[in-house]
Amino acid sequence: MTTAPTTHAAALALGDDALVLSHRLGEWAGNAPVLEEEVALANIALDLLGQARVLLSLVGDEDELAYLREERSFRNLQLVEQPNGDFAHTLARQLYFSTYQRLLYRELATGDTPLTGLAAKAVKEVAYHQDHAEHWTLRLGDGTPESHRRMQQACEALWRYTGEMFQPLDGLDIDWPQLEADWLTSVTGVLERATLTVPEGPRTGAWAAGAGRQGLHTEPFGRMLAEMQHLHRSHPGATW
Amino acid sequence: MTTDGWPLWEVFVRSRRGLSHTHAGSLHAPDAEMALRNARDLYTRRNEGVSIWVVPSTAITASSPDEKDPFFEPSADKPYRHPTFYEIPEGVKHL
Amino acid sequence: MTAVTTDTQEAEAQAAHEAAFDAAVAAEERIEPRDWMPDAYRASLVRQIAQHAHSEIIGMQPEANWITRAPTLRRKAILMAKVQDEAGHGLYLYSAAETLGTSRDELLDKLHAGRQKYSSIFNYPTLTWADVGAIGWLVDGAAITNQVPLCRCSYGPYARAMVRICKEESFHQRQGYESLLALSKGTPEQHAMAQDAVDRWWWPSLMMFGPPDGESAHSAQSMAWKIKRHSNDELRQRFVDICVPQAQALGLTLPDPDLRWNEERGHYDFGPIDWTEFWDVLKGNGPCNEQRLDRRRQAHEEGAWVREAAAAYAAKHGEARA
Repeated sequence: MTTAPTTHAAALALGDDALVLSHRLGEWAGNAPVLEEEVALANIALDLLGQARVLLSLVGDEDELAYLREERSFRNLQLVEQPNGDFAHTLARQLYFSTYQRLLYRELATGDTPLTGLAAKAVKEVAYHQDHAEHWTLRLGDGTPESHRRMQQACEALWRYTGEMFQPLDGLDIDWPQLEADWLTSVTGVLERATLTVPEGPRTGAWAAGAGRQGLHTEPFGRMLAEMQHLHRSHPGATW
Repeated sequence: MTTDGWPLWEVFVRSRRGLSHTHAGSLHAPDAEMALRNARDLYTRRNEGVSIWVVPSTAITASSPDEKDPFFEPSADKPYRHPTFYEIPEGVKHL
Repeated sequence: MTAVTTDTQEAEAQAAHEAAFDAAVAAEERIEPRDWMPDAYRASLVRQIAQHAHSEIIGMQPEANWITRAPTLRRKAILMAKVQDEAGHGLYLYSAAETLGTSRDELLDKLHAGRQKYSSIFNYPTLTWADVGAIGWLVDGAAITNQVPLCRCSYGPYARAMVRICKEESFHQRQGYESLLALSKGTPEQHAMAQDAVDRWWWPSLMMFGPPDGESAHSAQSMAWKIKRHSNDELRQRFVDICVPQAQALGLTLPDPDLRWNEERGHYDFGPIDWTEFWDVLKGNGPCNEQRLDRRRQAHEEGAWVREAAAAYAAKHGEARA
């Protein structure tokens, strides 16, 4: 009758993306380069956490899903689980992911699935995240020689995690090759305006195309989950 | 006054359509575009605004407190500028 | 001859300024940034606002310590929003200090060099999740008790910043209380965690009001200038009176055997505060003094290239208007 079950996998994948990236951004609290940016990063983290809670609740209990699944059951992209690194790495990750999320949610917002409502709200949030990432990419790329070097390095380091974003998600009626083409146009445009070189390397790792979406993650993710889940798991059945 | 070369900006927020922009506070930003974004993140995160102005603090010319008397006192003795100055016979309406 | 006249004129002008300032303060008018003010008033405000701003940003650390381990997504969102508010409050306060002619850079440099203080409470560690609740209830509760009168402070920009801060902080204390209540009513382990946190945070919270009135260095002058409205001991008593019934409703005890209602005074009596500990922590021997400052310095140093990059970009693109 309803289309819900067929979008469960997609809701889980997108919910995990938002949950994990929100967590990573939360690690910046108290460490941002300037107070104004503390506030900005926290706003983005809170938007993402809000999205994660809605998406995971479409699938089941948000806390059970966040705190009681094992690493191999998470469906987020490897991109979002990458450690923060320096501010350049965090912003390169933001640029890649927010561009993807904006393009994807714009499509989802016009459809008629259980994800439509969330997508329509989230696309505005994500548009701001992309704007934030774009403005910083320009400033870091075209700032000082040091910031240019760091941003170039960050863009290259994360490039290999960007191919995975366009693995089709079951139940979503999306023209994935078109989404990928739009993403490349958008990101390439920003990088060029920022005087950065568009990385030339492969956009997927040799051994793990589509890895995060299939539950294969990178080493830092296990440690991230250990930290995130430890307290909840130490008190089974407790309410907080 | 700067923070690592980031000038100070004054932020004005319109809380609802139909109202003027009101001074909300200040912040540091490297340029106008970032100032606007920082202002959005800082001064409207509880849904306080529908429009924002940012102005470099150095661009504001203010009246000096030393000129307070010549500036503002002369307007204190002109009650005929206010409607309550005039006596109207009782019963006259729409005036 | 001329010099003498000038001196006399200056002295007269000075006296007129002082009289106008005193009259404004006495009439409960606000002093605004470009008004004449005594140098000592300005210095006292900068000191107090800076210390307050530093407390907000150092105060992010003990709570941020638990963001990545918050036990539910709801609690995580609340905690992130709260720590974010603290950054925002620091910002409002540094802005208020800038209206007195002191840049944020200058104040941060002094903080990083250990030449300006922040509230000693943040030199205590957050050892369990319950500490987040105890900070919300007790530390924010004490802060609010201190801050509400500051909304009527004689210096306009500080008072306005405090109005905004108090409005935003009203959720901070409530979320802490709610969180502690959930623990207190939870499993025996959770209850014990909550009691342990209250046991550790109670006395340091009472110290937040500062030394007893007789020993407080800046109190009398600040009261005369209406920067401060109530004495340290008055506010401390008010806080104790508020907390006792709140603790009862939580089902938790406060770690003070001498705590009892005094019918005659109409207040709760409480036991002696260990001021040796207070001075010791203030001097740098608290459990986390070094850790907090190191982390702050590190964040600032690691962010330098980012701040420089944005300034360089603005200069290149013709937008810097320092």
